[in-house]
Amino acid sequence: MGAVTRQPDAGAPAVLDLPRAGAVVALEHVTKRYGPQGSPDAVSDLSLTVPAGEICVLVGPSGCGKTTTMKMVNRLVEPTAGRITIDGEDVMRLPAVELRRRIGYVIQQVGLFPHLTVAENVAVVPRLLRWPGDRIRDRVAELLALVGLDAATYGSRYPSGLSGGERQRIGVARALAADPPVMLMDEPFGAVDPIRRERLQNEFLRLQDRVGKTVIFVTHDVDEAIKMADRIAILQRGGILAQYDTPDAILADPASEFVERFVGADRGLKRLSLSRVRDLELLDAVTVRAGEERAHVRRRLAQVDELDYALLVDDANRPLGWIDAHDLAGDGPVAEDAATPGAPTVQPETTLRDALSAMLGSSVQLGVVVDDRESVLGLVSVDAISEALREARRP
Amino acid sequence: MTPGQPFLRPEWIVDNLDVLARRTGEHLLVTFIAVAIGFVISFGLALFIRRYPRWYGPILGLAGTLYAIPSLALFALLIPITGLSLITAEIALVSYTLVILVRNIVTALEGVPPDVIEAATAMGYTRGQRLWRVELPIALPIIVAGLRIATVTTIGLVTIATLIGMGGLGYLIVNIGISRFFPTATLTGVVAVVSLSVIVDLALLWVQGRLTPWARARAA
Repeated sequence: MGAVTRQPDAGAPAVLDLPRAGAVVALEHVTKRYGPQGSPDAVSDLSLTVPAGEICVLVGPSGCGKTTTMKMVNRLVEPTAGRITIDGEDVMRLPAVELRRRIGYVIQQVGLFPHLTVAENVAVVPRLLRWPGDRIRDRVAELLALVGLDAATYGSRYPSGLSGGERQRIGVARALAADPPVMLMDEPFGAVDPIRRERLQNEFLRLQDRVGKTVIFVTHDVDEAIKMADRIAILQRGGILAQYDTPDAILADPASEFVERFVGADRGLKRLSLSRVRDLELLDAVTVRAGEERAHVRRRLAQVDELDYALLVDDANRPLGWIDAHDLAGDGPVAEDAATPGAPTVQPETTLRDALSAMLGSSVQLGVVVDDRESVLGLVSVDAISEALREARRP
Repeated sequence: MTPGQPFLRPEWIVDNLDVLARRTGEHLLVTFIAVAIGFVISFGLALFIRRYPRWYGPILGLAGTLYAIPSLALFALLIPITGLSLITAEIALVSYTLVILVRNIVTALEGVPPDVIEAATAMGYTRGQRLWRVELPIALPIIVAGLRIATVTTIGLVTIATLIGMGGLGYLIVNIGISRFFPTATLTGVVAVVSLSVIVDLALLWVQGRLTPWARARAA
C-alpha cells in the first residue's frame, strides 16, 4: 500500500477494553507520500490533536489530502512518516485488524453488505469480536432504535430495499456497534438530497450529544463543516494544514488568504449558523387575546420601548399575527381577526442565520419564538441578532 | 436396420429403462467429477490471479488454448499416457471447464463493489474473513452462473468421452445407435443428454436462489 510498511510488534497487547466516551486522537508530523522519494506529498507534516469527544471536520478542496489523513487513523493508508496516536497509543503498534475494530467507519456510499440483513450488517463488528449472541441481539436493537429505525420492521430486511437515508442511518448504527471511542466519517451525508442531508446532520448531532465519540469527519462543504464541527482543520493542496480552530475562530479570524477565500465572502453571515435562537436573550412579547379592551392594550404597549406591535394569540398561546397602533385605535374589544397574519415563527434550536432569513422575509422584522407546541416563548429581533454578532467579534 | 423394421421403436426404450438409468448415472458422475475438480482448480487460479493480476493474461491464454484443442484430438494425445481410462476423460473435461470458470470467478470477485470491500476492511475483517464472508457470498450469483455454463458444456462433452470407453449417454448414441444402425437409441440418447442439461441447469439455478435470498430481494 504505502512506501513504508511497518509491521506491528508481535508482542503488542490487543487492548479491547471499550471506553464509553471518545479518545484523544493525535497526529504528530504526519506525512504521506504515494510513490517514491521525491514525489509530491499527499499529506505534509501534519500535526493536530482532536480532544476526546469532539467532532473534528477535515475540510478543503479536492486533492488536499483530507480523506488520506482520515484513512491513516485506521491504517487504510499507512503514513510515510510521523506518528498517530489514540489515547497515547501508537496506531502502528497495534495489529491493523484489532485497531479497525475499535474505530467506527462511515463512508458516503455506506458500503452496507448486500448479502446480509440490516440486523446482520449492524452486528458485523460485535461478531468479529465474538460477543455472545444475546448481547449482539440486544445491541442491534438498541442501535437501530438510536438511529430511529424499528428493529422489528427493519432488522430482517436486506439493504437493497432501503432508501438512501435509511441506509446511511444503518451505516452509522453499524459503525457504532462495538461502541468504538473513535469514528471516521468520509462525506457521510454527501449522497443524499439537501433536505435529507440536513435532517441526517441534525440527527447525528443529537446522537453525538448522547454518545460523545471522537469524530473525524471529512467533507468538502464549508457549510457542513461549520455546522458539524467542534473544530475545523482546513487543508490545502498537498495536505498542508492551513488552519485548525473552532468554526467561530476560523470565521472571525481566518489565518490566511487561502482560508478566507475558502470559507467564502459571506463568512459574517456564516457565523450566524454557529449560534442559535436559544443563545439570545428573548424579548417579552406583548400578547393579546381577542376580547381585551383596546385602550388597555395601548397602555401596555406604550410601556415597552422596543415594541411597536402586540401579538395576538389564541387560547393556547399560539401566535395569530401582529397588531399595530392603527389596529388598536378607538375603543372596544380587540376583534379575533384584528391581526395581520404572517408572523414568522422560529424555534430555540433554529440557527440565527435561518431566523434572520425568516424575519427578513416578513413585514414586521421580529421573529416569534415558539416551543414545540407552538406556544409563544418570546420574540427575537434583527437588532438582537446583529448585537450578538458584534459581541462575538470582540476578542 | 432390416427392411420393414419401423424407424423408431418406442418399446425399446421401455424395455431398456434400466440401461438408460445406468448410463445417465455414469454420465452425471463423469460430469460431476470434471466440474468439481475444474472448480477447485479454477478457484485456486482465480485467487492467485487476484493476488498477482499480471498472471491473468497468461493463465487465461493457456486455458483458452486447451479449450481450442478438439476433444477427440485431446483424447488421442492423452491415451498413450493415461490409456483408455477415466483419468484421460477427466483430464480433458477438466481442462475445458477452466477457461469458463477462471474467467468467471475472477469477474465475479471483481464485481464486488469497492465501497463494500473498503467498509469490510475498515471494520476489521482479516483478508481471509473478508474473502469468505463478504466477497464470495456477494460474488456467488455470478460464480454459479459460470458453474451452470461449465456444467452444461461438460454434459455435452461427456457424450464424446464414450469413445474412450466412459459409457454415459454417449454409449446409447454411438455404441448402440450409430454402430448398430439403431436410430431409436441415438434419439433416446440425444433427448436424454438435452434433458439432463436442462434439469441440472435448473437445479443449479434453484440452489443459487436458496443460497442468495438477498439477490432475490433486489430483483423483487
